[in-house]
Amino acid sequence: MPPRKNGTAPMQKPTDVKVTIKRIFSYMYGFKIHFMLVVLGVILSSMSTIAGNALLSPIFDNLKEALTGGKWDKKEFIATIGVMAGIYAVGALSSFMYQRIMLKVSTTTLMRIRNDLFNKMETLPIRFFDKHTHGELMSLYTNDTDTLREMLSNSIAQFISAAITIVGVFAMMLYYSWVLTIIVVVMFVLIIMVIGIVGKHSSKGFIAQQTALGKTNGYIEELIDGQKVVKVFCHEDAANAEFDKLNEELCEAATKANTFANILMPIMNNLSYVHYAATAIVGGIMTVNGFGGMTIGKLVSYLQFTRQFAQPITQVSQHLNAVLTALAGAERIFKVIDEEPEEDNGYVTLVSADIDENGNITEASERTGKWAWRHPHKADGTVTYTEVRGNVELDDVYFGYEPEKTVLNGISLYAKAGQKIAFVGSTGAGKTTITNLINRFYDVPDGKIRYDGININKIKKSDLRRSQSIVLQDTHLFTGTVMDNIRYGKLDATDEEVYAAAKLANADYFITHLENGYDTMLTADGANLSQGQRQLLAIARAAIADPPVLILDEATSSIDTRTEAHIEKGMDQLMEGRTVFVIAHRLSTVRNAKAIMVLENGKIIERGDHNALIAQQGKYYQLYTGMFELG
Amino acid sequence: MYKTVFSYVGKYKKQAILTPITIMGEVAMEVLIPYVMANIIDKGVNKGDVGYVAKMGGVMVCMAIVSLFFGAIAGRFSAVAAVGFAKNLRGAMFRKVQEFSFSNVDKFSTASLTTRLTTDVTNLQNAFMMFIRMAFRAPIMLIFALIMAIRMNGKLSIVFLCVIPLIIIGAALILSNAHPRFKAMLAKYDDMNAKVQENLIGIRTVKAFVREDYEKKKFNDNTEAVRKAQVHAEKLVILSMPLMQMFMYITIISIVWFGSHMIVGGTMELGDLTSFITYVGQILMSLMMLSFLFMMFIISRASLQRIYEVLIEKPEIVSPASSEKEVADGSVSFRNVSFSYFKDMSNLALEKINVDIKSGETIGIIGGTGSSKTSLVQLIPRLYDATDGEVLVGGRNVKEYDLDALRNNVAMVLQKNVLFSGTIKENLKWGNPDATDDEIISACKSACAHDFIMNFPDGYETDLGQGGVNVSGGQKQRICIARALLKKPKIIILDDSTSAVDTATDSSIRTAFRENLADTTTFIIAQRISSVQDADRIIVMDDGKITDIGTHEELLITSAIYREVYESQQKGADE
Repeated sequence: MPPRKNGTAPMQKPTDVKVTIKRIFSYMYGFKIHFMLVVLGVILSSMSTIAGNALLSPIFDNLKEALTGGKWDKKEFIATIGVMAGIYAVGALSSFMYQRIMLKVSTTTLMRIRNDLFNKMETLPIRFFDKHTHGELMSLYTNDTDTLREMLSNSIAQFISAAITIVGVFAMMLYYSWVLTIIVVVMFVLIIMVIGIVGKHSSKGFIAQQTALGKTNGYIEELIDGQKVVKVFCHEDAANAEFDKLNEELCEAATKANTFANILMPIMNNLSYVHYAATAIVGGIMTVNGFGGMTIGKLVSYLQFTRQFAQPITQVSQHLNAVLTALAGAERIFKVIDEEPEEDNGYVTLVSADIDENGNITEASERTGKWAWRHPHKADGTVTYTEVRGNVELDDVYFGYEPEKTVLNGISLYAKAGQKIAFVGSTGAGKTTITNLINRFYDVPDGKIRYDGININKIKKSDLRRSQSIVLQDTHLFTGTVMDNIRYGKLDATDEEVYAAAKLANADYFITHLENGYDTMLTADGANLSQGQRQLLAIARAAIADPPVLILDEATSSIDTRTEAHIEKGMDQLMEGRTVFVIAHRLSTVRNAKAIMVLENGKIIERGDHNALIAQQGKYYQLYTGMFELG
Repeated sequence: MYKTVFSYVGKYKKQAILTPITIMGEVAMEVLIPYVMANIIDKGVNKGDVGYVAKMGGVMVCMAIVSLFFGAIAGRFSAVAAVGFAKNLRGAMFRKVQEFSFSNVDKFSTASLTTRLTTDVTNLQNAFMMFIRMAFRAPIMLIFALIMAIRMNGKLSIVFLCVIPLIIIGAALILSNAHPRFKAMLAKYDDMNAKVQENLIGIRTVKAFVREDYEKKKFNDNTEAVRKAQVHAEKLVILSMPLMQMFMYITIISIVWFGSHMIVGGTMELGDLTSFITYVGQILMSLMMLSFLFMMFIISRASLQRIYEVLIEKPEIVSPASSEKEVADGSVSFRNVSFSYFKDMSNLALEKINVDIKSGETIGIIGGTGSSKTSLVQLIPRLYDATDGEVLVGGRNVKEYDLDALRNNVAMVLQKNVLFSGTIKENLKWGNPDATDDEIISACKSACAHDFIMNFPDGYETDLGQGGVNVSGGQKQRICIARALLKKPKIIILDDSTSAVDTATDSSIRTAFRENLADTTTFIIAQRISSVQDADRIIVMDDGKITDIGTHEELLITSAIYREVYESQQKGADE
């Protein structure tokens, strides 16, 4: 098996914010009008708050006049109130409108990103999955899309609204009094500095917290996974002590991080009060002296503005951490989407064929049970057909999962249609690797592997794989009924075909004894079945596909020898007329193979049938008589 | 449920209580400040008294500083309390899991336990912090602001009395309808994640059967369902914001309207109106906070429930109060033992097992998949309790022993075994933390592990990654055997522990066992006849029952099953 990378990616900061944001927006295609409406809605909604407050000023001036002995202009008052109501109504309506539209835009965007990620993932080469842990990839779908969702549904509108409010309020302030606005600018600089300092501490704290959390969670995962061993060795107290240490470290880091995050809000809030007081004092002096045309009404409005100015800045600063995390997550998602998909330059395709008695092959439009390779020749534009028989030929194949470590060192073999070829050898000898090359999970240079005489790199990957069935050691079943899982091998199989395949694999007996028979739901990778039963289902699944080539990679390893003996007939029937590659740990399984290849360090060191190899008294003989370790 | 879970706030109770108290200080300032603002306008600006404005401005700055002080320490207290609460919860759950017996672990599954200790605790921590910061702040703010408003002008405050009930009704309607929709949304999320997970695990199967497009289509259906559920749930929640805005605007307009009339009528001061508007903001803001809090509460409830389930889970097996600490010898007896994983006598894994094993005997156990070989031996170190009948070790019922004493004397090498991150030596010391190097080497020699360990560049100090990745299956099994031997047990159980070890090594391990552990009762479960054929006695199991007991030679004659297994493994070799 190729090496796996352990551990999960550490929390990172986004590297290129601009590019990432642009890319997220590119997923909002078809929503141009929607998006413009959102921006319009945000503008209207923010403006209405500003404008509504601005209208307080004439009302107050009006009242002030009335109090100082003038006449209260009731008509004007009612008119102003009316306008205010109108503005507010528009504000509330547009706020509803933009949020509703944004919901549609954000959920759809998120769906598109998820689909893109998954669709890309399905096309990635196996090599990619070797390099990334499941936890790492899974967190793209959970953590990273969750934070992205948060950002899309809240932060975007918040940011637009904050920007508009800040600009709008600032403009109004400037219009009312440029002198007082100087105070605003000073305050603004001060606020930015505070955010900078606290934010730096806070993000440092969060990274420390994330690291500690990773360690603690890793320990939890490892220990709970090995819980039964812990019990058997009475190791509970030691485990508790070690855990307490990690837990304490996490607690310390998390307290620090959260303290900074929590303190930000009161600081911002109270800075705005200081601002308010300063404005009141200066504004008061100005009003009394009549400096700069300051009136009491204007001052009251102005003081309202100072409150409104502070709010969006506080909000943005609170969202900043979330947005940065979301962008970092989006970058991780896009990195996967940018991965190179499995390379496939194949142009030879698999077609249903009619073959007459002279061996002439014509393409059939319906399923005939016979298959042919359709091979177009670029040079002269002709098309030739070759019957699919299952001849497999490896010619001096060298291969390594990593360039510096070759696993196969010059493998040559020829499997004739209908032959059973077995591979034996210790772990790491390269048995599974050979089968991985035959179905092109990994690629080798041109001409090294030929299938029915055709260079397999010329065959379309999907068609190549369709012509082979594989039963793996770790059987993977999917959520669905037993019936669905067997049908996975041939999606249009009838119920009768499914029953027949199950009977062939000797799985019919236990299936009919399940709670709902063939309609029993399998959950969580078939956890409600034993490993042996799952292997029987996998064999049925391979049988129903009815391919010319069959690869059995430790397919019966979890089935005890007695049951294995019972299904032998079914297996023989399944292998009948197919080219079969068998990898087995148990030598009793491979004994009747036409040719047995003994692998060591990526080389075939012995080949022949069982009797010949026993007679040879070499490695196979040693393995068979138990003088050498497998596994 | 809440009482149990929240009792784990523990020594952080002080901070948890101080948080709302200090927040009260902050809130008091926040509420008083608009009052000062009103005075600045009325008594200062309006009367042209700059000195007064400056004085009150100074007062306001002082208040802001006080508020900042309270706010900052509240922030600190809440962080300490919430994080500490999470720490305690995590610690308590971890300890609880350590107490779990096998059946408890089976019940939850390891994956689910991990999620409960990680994600769920984090969720609850965040919700708790939000709660102690907001749950008091919002109502206190509401009450303070209301009192101030009423004191300032009782008549005008009637507006609040009209609006607040409307807001509460509106929020309640939205939230109560949203809850089921959110639950439905989370279920769709789970489906989607399950799809991803099974594709990650089964990617080779997907590719081998060329089912990429089929899986893509299914996943795209999943995401579409998630999207729909999300829109369905959130379209209710987004109603709350414009609704609040609307109420706020209505309130402001009413207050300006009535307030202006009062001012003209001379029953209200101009500055009071400004402050009143500030209070409108504060009151509505706190109501909004309350509804948000409620939302958080609903969402975190699921996590709380899952944590609670772990905390209240009763460990199935605990040491008896007055327990026996000494195990006399390695004899084992099964008296009429029946066992069911579900404690259901109609669904038995073991049925009426009766067998006596003398101290020092070597016992082989053979049987097909599902014949309950493992179930049988797991009763000896009391990993599970017999449903009926009794299991005796050293002449006493296993239930009478102190668990640690029993398990230290009964070593079991599990079928699905694990090594932990750390060096080989550290892993071996699990068997005996005080083992000397000589003891370790001797155990490893008995398990035929010494030679290959010495072949590693770092020998016994070789670092094993998580799950013991850089040793082969057979090597791992031998380290596990050595680890069990270090316990110096009276009974050792090998549950298919040499399946990946070649027969020659397997045989030398057995030889070493015979020589070094002659007094130790040994149980060997195996698939291979060769692993058990030289045992003193072999137990043949089928479908939860012992069908035959005897030596290899005897069984070849008396047991049809044994013969069949033997022949399935010998076929070919005899040809």
